[in-house]
Amino acid sequence: MSSSSGAAAVLDPPDNPGKQQLQLPSVVIRFCGDSGDGMQLVGTQFTNVSAAFGNDVVTLPDFPAEIRAPQGTLAGVSGFQLNFSSEDIFTAGDQVDTLVAMNPAALKTNLADLRHGGTLIVNEEEFDKSNLLKAGYAVSPLETGELSTNYRLHKVPMTRLTRDAVAGLGLSVKEADRCKNFFALGVVYWLYERDRKPTEDWISDKFAKTPSIAEANLRALRGGFNYGFSTEAFTTHYYVPPAKLPPGKYRKITGNEATAIGLVTAAKRCGKSLFYSGYPITPASDILHELAALKKFKVRTFQAEDEIAAMSAVCGAAFAGEIAITASSGPGICLKGEAMGLGVMTELPMVIIDVQRGGPSTGLPTKTEQSDLLLAMFGRNGDSPLPIVAAASPGDCFTMVQEAVRIAVEFMTPVIFLTDGYLANGSEPWLIPRMEDLPPIQVSHPPGNTSAPDMVNGEGENEFMPYRRDERLVRPWAIPGTPGLEHRIGGIEKKDVTGNIDYSPLNHHHMTMTRQNKVAGIAEHIPLQDVEGPETGELLVLSWGGPFGVVRTAVRRAQDEGLSVAHAHLRYLNPFPRNLGEIISKYKKVLIPELNVGQLRMLIRAKYLVDAAGLNKIQGKPFLVHEVLDVIREMLGQTPAAQIPAGQPSLKETVKG
Amino acid sequence: MSTDAAAPMAPSLPVLTAKDFASDQEIRWCPRCGDYSILAQMKKVLPTLGIPREKFVFVSGIGCSSRFPYYMNTYGFHSIHGRAPAIASGIRISRPDLQVWVITGDGDALSIGGNHLMHAIRRNLDLKIILFNNQIYGLTKGQYSPTSPLGKKTKSTPMGSVDNPVSPLCYAIGSEATFVARSVDVDIKHLSMVLERAAHHEGTAFVEVYQDCNVFNSGAFEYATDKAQKAESVVYLEHGKPLVFSGGKKGIRLNGMTPEIVELGKGITEDDLLFHDEKAMEPSLAFLLTRMRHPEFPEPLGIFRDVKKPIYDRAVNEQVAKACAKGEGDLDGLFNSGDTWVVN
Repeated sequence: MSSSSGAAAVLDPPDNPGKQQLQLPSVVIRFCGDSGDGMQLVGTQFTNVSAAFGNDVVTLPDFPAEIRAPQGTLAGVSGFQLNFSSEDIFTAGDQVDTLVAMNPAALKTNLADLRHGGTLIVNEEEFDKSNLLKAGYAVSPLETGELSTNYRLHKVPMTRLTRDAVAGLGLSVKEADRCKNFFALGVVYWLYERDRKPTEDWISDKFAKTPSIAEANLRALRGGFNYGFSTEAFTTHYYVPPAKLPPGKYRKITGNEATAIGLVTAAKRCGKSLFYSGYPITPASDILHELAALKKFKVRTFQAEDEIAAMSAVCGAAFAGEIAITASSGPGICLKGEAMGLGVMTELPMVIIDVQRGGPSTGLPTKTEQSDLLLAMFGRNGDSPLPIVAAASPGDCFTMVQEAVRIAVEFMTPVIFLTDGYLANGSEPWLIPRMEDLPPIQVSHPPGNTSAPDMVNGEGENEFMPYRRDERLVRPWAIPGTPGLEHRIGGIEKKDVTGNIDYSPLNHHHMTMTRQNKVAGIAEHIPLQDVEGPETGELLVLSWGGPFGVVRTAVRRAQDEGLSVAHAHLRYLNPFPRNLGEIISKYKKVLIPELNVGQLRMLIRAKYLVDAAGLNKIQGKPFLVHEVLDVIREMLGQTPAAQIPAGQPSLKETVKG
Repeated sequence: MSTDAAAPMAPSLPVLTAKDFASDQEIRWCPRCGDYSILAQMKKVLPTLGIPREKFVFVSGIGCSSRFPYYMNTYGFHSIHGRAPAIASGIRISRPDLQVWVITGDGDALSIGGNHLMHAIRRNLDLKIILFNNQIYGLTKGQYSPTSPLGKKTKSTPMGSVDNPVSPLCYAIGSEATFVARSVDVDIKHLSMVLERAAHHEGTAFVEVYQDCNVFNSGAFEYATDKAQKAESVVYLEHGKPLVFSGGKKGIRLNGMTPEIVELGKGITEDDLLFHDEKAMEPSLAFLLTRMRHPEFPEPLGIFRDVKKPIYDRAVNEQVAKACAKGEGDLDGLFNSGDTWVVN
């Protein structure tokens, strides 16, 4: 993130005489423009190329809820930020080093995040009267001199240069203008010495059926690159060496991709096939898309008529013996609550994935938040405990969704897997696992027509008892089609052992406690909580979900400053790891940063009676490192060193009382 | 089912009887409830199908009728209000080897579960959906239901219902159901025939059964069950035969697209009447039959429609089979897809 430190300059590099090359440890770039400008596309290309080059990469896509908001407006701005580094990084970066703004609206909404002295590349031709008006600029910011004073401003006539580059291909003006994003990408590729080849291959493949469009995009990309190379506008370009990641084979992965691949992997480890039903919802739909394309792994996908049906179908498929999964986001999870309760009552294995987004109600569909923890924990009628696990990073979705499946089938219970919009759409390099390293998940179904204990009643008669439990309080998973195990389940309270309807007071008390204790007992079958930093000390920072990277970075910096602070990041949220209480007791203070008003904090305070402090941000955006670091310093009696940059809203507004 | 290990392995399926399908649970419907008769007919029909008992799954929602699975010694899922078609969809899509029955009521299927019913039907999932229509909410003790007639006085409509009722069969045909039938709880032979036909249908079979709630809505279907009235108020549908009722004295004739009651004789013969074609792919005539309501018309009983169309669960599984035809996917290959690089 710091592009000023650690820079090594080389003048007149042999491949580009007359220019200066600077080596940087890490750079944050943000592409922003109209939602139709293809910013996500070029951001992804830059990410892929940088990852393949060997940089550590963390991305943060940020797009509007409207697919096509009116062109040129503030509402229609789409952005893609990535941090690529020669070091091990955990965040997409607090501040942007290079901002590419395709129009005035994009400049207006993103400029605040560009660091002082950073590189600003704009398409000057889009700064016309109409676009300036839409963005709320009275005068063009390109003319006032303010930008060139504070930033390294590059006004590039991208529209004209792109049109020139594609001239002669017989494209309409509209088609030609759609290649501008690749021109911009070309400029940035030159600026950061990226290899064009993977993107050129991608273009040729993507537009194979329309060779003129393919050629136009290729020319635009090269045009942009050559513009950087040959004009005097850019005097310096930068080199970010490969990162020292753990050895192995890598690919780039987003959270939703990792979730989908993890589900298929988990089903395979169970020796079973996967049934996935869902209803389209942002930001979870990509999981459905990914899985629908994986039919050759015996995946059955069902796009249900609504969220309720998607959840209900999962209950049916679980009864039928499948690895049954659904995913949604907050509003959909609300609708699924009733059938999730049915899953609790019938004690069937299934996984419900909540890719959290800003709420309540429709909220902020494309923005991230962590405000469904208590919904996951308590969002059903009655005492209906469910295990909850949460991913810490995009790649961690692969691991934790398999944990969700493992817990579901080993304990015959629905499990909630929490991710969020930031994890789902964000990406990072992923050390590719090998299937042979992943142990099988034990799944057993009682065989039919045998004299197994489950099937013998008090009189020694052969009778299956669907609610007879083992020592972990787990009931058998008897699946339809098995002769001799015919039985009925349902949403009405069950009689212990037999599973028949039973409304009697003592039975309900016993069954409620049994369900509660079964879930609590899972704590014996999950890893102990680990801590980064001193085993005892002044401050423990406790986080969960998407903020992992930011919090880990902030805590490490605080440790580098000599502060007595440790970090514990929770991936198991119900039950908590069994050593968590002991860990918490070893620090004088506890800080819980969350993208909500304090939901984990409420659970931690209730369970461990600890006066944990909260740091809460509800802006649809991830934490910035300095936001967490400032509070750590403040809690440890230090004066916050960094000022909150202009334009960043304060996190001082908190819940009263 | 016999579990006698000493018995030689029978080459064919063991012969089952109605008793084999009775569970050990005490039946808790009100005395003389119409549900008893439907349960009895179901237990008689299932053993005739040649399907092992463990291959049946009964799924229900909430309501008096939805207790049905507890009384069948098959696999059963008594679920939540209105969701039975969706739960059954999950079972059937993942396990096409099972025969899945949905037991539902007028409130369960058409009020809280209307959406799921429509989508199960239009997908033509291979489900047997039996809707017990008693035109009342019985389990919650007597509120009007989506099939209660206008003006119906109930606990929640003391001055009479102002809510236009829905016709289950119009709804089913409007959703392009491939099998649509109606029967009456106490008409034992007819009900058996309809259930058997539903069991053999490939695709969604939708059956409405007029069921008497003798506690909260007694006699709602008296016109269709009382011997003295029935001849005038119901007409039995038979494939390829004219619509004749009133002991053969009256029939239904089409005047353009409008049905009318005519008396046979006086120059009108059976050839002038509407002939029933349950196999017609075009559903308009079947829809017209579902619109014939008592007292304006005799109400049709029997099979309105029985056609073949692509079946959703079969298509889903065919796509999976096709994708797996060249061998199942290799997970390591999936992990390694896209751009990869090696860090040494």
